[in-house]
Amino acid sequence: MSRDKVIKENFTKLQQKSRAAWESLRERPLILVGTATCGRAAGALEILKVIKEELAKSGLEASVLEVGCMGHCYAEPLVTVYKPGFPPICYGYVTEGIAARLVQDFLGGDDPCLEFALAALEANDMVPAFTDFPRGMIEKNIILDKCGLIDPENIEHYIALGGYAALAGALGRDPGQVLEEIKASGLRGRGGAGFPTGRKWETCRLAPGEEKYVICNADEGDPGAFMDRAILESNPHQVLEGLAIAAYTVGARQGYFYIRAEYPLAVARVKKAIEQARQAGLLGTNILGSGFDFDVDVFQGSGAFVCGEETALIASMEGEPGLPRHRPPFPATAGLRGKPTVINNVKTLSYVPHIVERGARWLRETGTDGSPGTAVFALAGKVINTGLAEVPMGTTLREVVYDVGSGIPGGKAFKAVQIGGPSGGCLPESALDMPIDFDSLSQAGAMMGSGGMVILDEDDCMVEIARFFLDFTQKESCGKCTMCRLGTRQMLDILEAITRGQGKPGDIELLLELAEDVKAGSLCGLGKTAPNPVLSTIRYFRDEYEAHIKERRCPALMCQSLIAYYILPEKCERSCDACVGSCPVEAIYTNEDRIKVIDQQKCVKCASCLEACPPQYKAVIKLSPPELVNEMGA
Amino acid sequence: MKTVTLTIDGRTIKAREGEKLLWVALENGIYIPNLCAIPGVKHPAAACRLCFVEIEGYPRPVTACTEPVVEGMVVSTRSPRVDRLVQTAFELLLSNHQQDCANCPRNRSCELQRIARERRIPLRVKRLRKLERELPVDDSSPALRYDPRKCVLCGKCVWVCREKGTGVLGFAGRGFGRRITTFGDVPLGQSGCNGCGECARICPVGALVEKKADI
Repeated sequence: MSRDKVIKENFTKLQQKSRAAWESLRERPLILVGTATCGRAAGALEILKVIKEELAKSGLEASVLEVGCMGHCYAEPLVTVYKPGFPPICYGYVTEGIAARLVQDFLGGDDPCLEFALAALEANDMVPAFTDFPRGMIEKNIILDKCGLIDPENIEHYIALGGYAALAGALGRDPGQVLEEIKASGLRGRGGAGFPTGRKWETCRLAPGEEKYVICNADEGDPGAFMDRAILESNPHQVLEGLAIAAYTVGARQGYFYIRAEYPLAVARVKKAIEQARQAGLLGTNILGSGFDFDVDVFQGSGAFVCGEETALIASMEGEPGLPRHRPPFPATAGLRGKPTVINNVKTLSYVPHIVERGARWLRETGTDGSPGTAVFALAGKVINTGLAEVPMGTTLREVVYDVGSGIPGGKAFKAVQIGGPSGGCLPESALDMPIDFDSLSQAGAMMGSGGMVILDEDDCMVEIARFFLDFTQKESCGKCTMCRLGTRQMLDILEAITRGQGKPGDIELLLELAEDVKAGSLCGLGKTAPNPVLSTIRYFRDEYEAHIKERRCPALMCQSLIAYYILPEKCERSCDACVGSCPVEAIYTNEDRIKVIDQQKCVKCASCLEACPPQYKAVIKLSPPELVNEMGA
Repeated sequence: MKTVTLTIDGRTIKAREGEKLLWVALENGIYIPNLCAIPGVKHPAAACRLCFVEIEGYPRPVTACTEPVVEGMVVSTRSPRVDRLVQTAFELLLSNHQQDCANCPRNRSCELQRIARERRIPLRVKRLRKLERELPVDDSSPALRYDPRKCVLCGKCVWVCREKGTGVLGFAGRGFGRRITTFGDVPLGQSGCNGCGECARICPVGALVEKKADI
């Protein structure tokens, strides 16, 4: 029998067995509980317990599955119920009471409890589906496709829904053909820089040497980003399959997952996925009878942000301190232990099985010419629907913030969106209609980064945001090279002075000078991109910097040193003592007119009085510059 | 070994192919500022960010210590972009260097002074804030005196201690807190240091000095 046929036959057997297991699940009602980290944080494990107890009590027959994250993290805990005769319905904000009712009334009776339903998974006549909402029309799930719908710890679910078919298909082809497919697809690295994946693979494939490695970079560390964690927790086999295809293409026999140790659930699920893939003959020697040997191990990162940089990542795997080194040589020619090594981000590898299965042209149908496919964003900050969203490249920021994220909570005004984490930048309202892809973002002074998107509103001070991110990179700088170690420190000192009202004329210009030199002169990507938050906020919000320096005023009323709390006499309801009781330092007293007054000498600006003042009065306000209090008080 | 011909600042120079540009320039009497470069080391640290040069065909300045020479390479060691980067890196180092030249044993043999002289950059930095490190001087060794406030973190002492000494020196901390210390972070006098003095001889500044030179 030909090698092709052997692979196909072996895989078909696996697929049939998996499909049978998957279909048998659907013979009776099926309940999915999202127990990824986002679900667990919202109490999903308690919900799971209640559902199991209720099922046991009522004697109802149903299967319960722990699944990953669907991306609707704002509505966690999420429960999805499949009951014959009904469309699959997803319930959000599930409490223990709702969980009990779903079992008793929906499974026990025939009441689908639509008052708790978030949406149906498929279009139907009974409940609006996710696709009926603006968000559903914009989203296009490729790599989040199965997340939240399958048990990540069960390889059969992944295989039953088409998983590992791409690997089986690739093994039946020449590695060169697989490479051509990836190159033709125009896939770009989703770790941040957007380097063409096919070119990276080709360099490694052509590099001389028998021994080669492939590494999945899951050292996600940007503040506010959690896409990679969600994918590893929700569909680890997709990433593993991508890694195996990468290995076959470049000629590696050993692969690694580099996962930060702060992601214990992701580590556990990936380890389980590797074990199951070995047992199924999809890893190890002679995979599916193809003669191709490949195995994978997990390496846990110890929490240094810089280890997401590929040369630092390699150094830390080799047992050295996690410090970057000069490139070239690039890891694709001399990487782990000096051998040619491909390092791809979790999301990049997740696209690979889809491209191999459906072709390069299929990927190019989505997204823009320069950035085919989709972008996965982690929405965080001042946005109603926080969570994950996968949208085609070229979607505008406005669509992402307002249609997918449902806008800004509390009726506040949008101010900026911070994209790409500490390496990215802040884009203002004028950029909302810009189609987002790798190139448009870097032109605008931000960066796709790994996909963190923090939405900022009128209460956020842009100088403080720049200071926050620079404080992060400054702490995470390894300290090896002068520009990053001392340049970011100098910049941070200036920003801290500005937010304390001690900025000097010329500080903005000095920040710009240093920013450009740190960008141009740093050794690795961390330093080369660290100034971006500063550069972009100066570019778009220079007036806020100037207000801080020239007027000692924080327009967003955020910088502690530049604000004062004040009680408006005309609004104060004299007999109420809420603010007095809330003040931890006894700074509020009652004057002869029985009006509450803040002693500015004692006030520590904790905002307790502002929160304590009943909403019908709203007597406590913030003023900037703080000296305004004197003018008001008189 | 194959030789190549390249041009540095208009001078035609022959060099061994693959040799790093910094050494080719220095061997030919063309000075390029540097602190962390060590001849013959396979992976240059490229940490001090002082040896920037322009190479024709390259979009931006690159570090000479990492760039292998190739046939026909055209290099200039000075340009407005190079000068600006070198000045910033140098000023950053000075802003973090305890400056007491008059009382420093390395006065007149200090690499920082040499760079300042060669590139005409004042040793007194006006535009940057002073970033003091509050670290104690280690006077515990009979042979050496270590003043971490003067250290520029070039790493040469770490390398030479492993090559020729007892290997007790190493880096600790990260970011602004990065510093040179001994294994276990104990004073030099209690470490395995045998006082060979190689580190003091390779130190480009006055951070590690031999005590006899101190008198």
